[in-house]
Amino acid sequence: MTEQTLSSMLSTHDLEAIRARKREQRKIFISSIIRYVILFVVGLIMLYPLIWLIGASFKTNAEMFTSAGFWPTHPTVSGYIEGWKTSTPYTFGRFFLNTLLILIPKMIGTAISATAVAYGFARFEFPGKKVLFASLIAILLLPNVVTRIPQYLLFREFGWLDSFLPLWVPSALAGDAFFVFMLVQFLRAIPRDMEEAARVDGASSWQALLFIIVPLLTPALISVCLFQFMWTMNDFLGPLIYLSSVDKYPVSLALKLSIDTTEAFAWNKILSMSVLAITPALVVFFVAQKYFIEGISAGGVKG
Amino acid sequence: MARVQLKSLEKVYGKFKAVHGIDLEIEDGEFMVLVGPSGCAKSTTLRMIAGLERISGGEIRIGDDLVNDKPPGQRGIAMVFQNYALYPHMKVKNNLSFGLRLKHAPKDEIAASTEEVSHILEIEEYLERLPKQLSGGQAQRVAVGRALIKKPQVFLFDEPLSNLDAKLRASMRVRITDLHKQLLSEGMHSTVVYVTHDQTEAMTMGNRICVMKEGRIMQVADPYTLYQRPANAFVAGFIGSPEMNIGDATLVDGGKLKIGTQTFTIDDKARARIDKDAPSEVTFGVRPQHFTVVDQDAEEGLLGRISHVEFMGHEVYLYITVEDQSFIVVVPATGLERQYLRDDAIRIMPQQDALHIFNRRTGENISLSA
Repeated sequence: MTEQTLSSMLSTHDLEAIRARKREQRKIFISSIIRYVILFVVGLIMLYPLIWLIGASFKTNAEMFTSAGFWPTHPTVSGYIEGWKTSTPYTFGRFFLNTLLILIPKMIGTAISATAVAYGFARFEFPGKKVLFASLIAILLLPNVVTRIPQYLLFREFGWLDSFLPLWVPSALAGDAFFVFMLVQFLRAIPRDMEEAARVDGASSWQALLFIIVPLLTPALISVCLFQFMWTMNDFLGPLIYLSSVDKYPVSLALKLSIDTTEAFAWNKILSMSVLAITPALVVFFVAQKYFIEGISAGGVKG
Repeated sequence: MARVQLKSLEKVYGKFKAVHGIDLEIEDGEFMVLVGPSGCAKSTTLRMIAGLERISGGEIRIGDDLVNDKPPGQRGIAMVFQNYALYPHMKVKNNLSFGLRLKHAPKDEIAASTEEVSHILEIEEYLERLPKQLSGGQAQRVAVGRALIKKPQVFLFDEPLSNLDAKLRASMRVRITDLHKQLLSEGMHSTVVYVTHDQTEAMTMGNRICVMKEGRIMQVADPYTLYQRPANAFVAGFIGSPEMNIGDATLVDGGKLKIGTQTFTIDDKARARIDKDAPSEVTFGVRPQHFTVVDQDAEEGLLGRISHVEFMGHEVYLYITVEDQSFIVVVPATGLERQYLRDDAIRIMPQQDALHIFNRRTGENISLSA
């Protein structure tokens, strides 16, 4: 008898607990639905121009401004075909190649030089280190535009105008303070013991950097390369200032070109080429999302 | 071949002097332990020997070479770090052979050395693993292996066991000392400099121990001497567990010792040990094991009260308050006829042959004559 009441009491107790848990779960479920709906709507609003861009690139020129909808009524790829040919003697392929020619040496140069400079700042004591590091931070805060004119004059003196050199060389000499700073922060988080062990094992500073530090720094270096990739792809002002002959134009300038030279704007060509122009960056971003986040969080939070 | 000599070695950080010109000679094949509380610069000293820390003054010789300005890789040393410092991106076998590969040693030599070392340290199974797949003890053995493979003249250990649990630490202790003996018997005269803050490690592993405090050497001696004839009050207090009872006392007429208001006679033998010109204001030191519990009505001894009793199994720790001084006294727990209880009155007598008298001002032991 007592056993029975005990078990029934227990079960009502249990039931109560189960019900409470269910209520709790339902609450979490509903709130997460609301959260996702809001996120989705806001995300859609922000992304819509991009989505529209993709849709519009398949529209005819006439349809372009008649509706804000995504779906083209008469889908056509003529924008892509015509746009690729461009109004210059070159196809868009040439401009993509130019972009790569700027991009690849710049990325490699940045990775090597920024690592070496960051290693120096993070691991060695030398006279003037504090002043130099402070000026590095100052460069970080300085708007790019301020240095454009003196840089232009300098490169003009070197006779480097209308070549890719002004676009590579500053980066290959660790001119991007942001990357140096980011790598310094990364390096500070790596314990010194391993380098010391390497030095006891007979490694020189350079060997310790190459065999021990660089492998540990790989995630940071990947994000450095990714950022450099994005920024170079999107860089308009640099090529605009230094490059004057069309055969050296990267994609960012070539896009502008098609606006300038045609009397009646062939918007569908421009939009099609814009879609192509952002594709590499988008693909890289989605493939390497993890490293972007790692790069930012390690650089910012741990410091 | 691999004597290590430190001559008025100094280290200065800005305005702070970390190492105050120490002199130390470590014999070829010797196991020397540097021990001291944290901040005594024992690790700094080791790192200066390794070449990881620049020296501010003095000289370091390894073998007959002055190595002051030599990079670590050319000093004929190998080092084991506190947190192993294995290269995380390399497999164990590559961790072991990194130094040899840097020297471009022939491949078959690298393979043979790796095999030999991994056999000695029983890490053959782990050669293909990454450091993160190893337990603490395994990682530590790999770290020792990485030092061993270079066949260095001098091994440097920087608190290598402090990250291990107590049981593993005890077994690694034996393993490292055995390894050292084995190397000696094989004719490889490897000198060891071993830094620790743990006096048990120091006492059990070292041929000689160098006790340091605030960048100065307090005493260098073998474990027995250090325990039985400490050069000063610091060494006396640092070595031994529980700590030596140390407190103020007065020498009365050169023949009696007054602690608080109580006095007892020092016997002739003990008196002969004490410096003739000892000041009357001194510090006494008696290890907890060196007290005799005497009859309460005895004429001499220190009368106090038990404030706390700790039963340790084979012995009992008595915390005794004598006037305003507290003492720890260790008495054997076996064959006890009387039980010690808290708040009991008790009379204790220091054993005369184990009584230390220190100069109160300098801390120097002045009871070491004869």
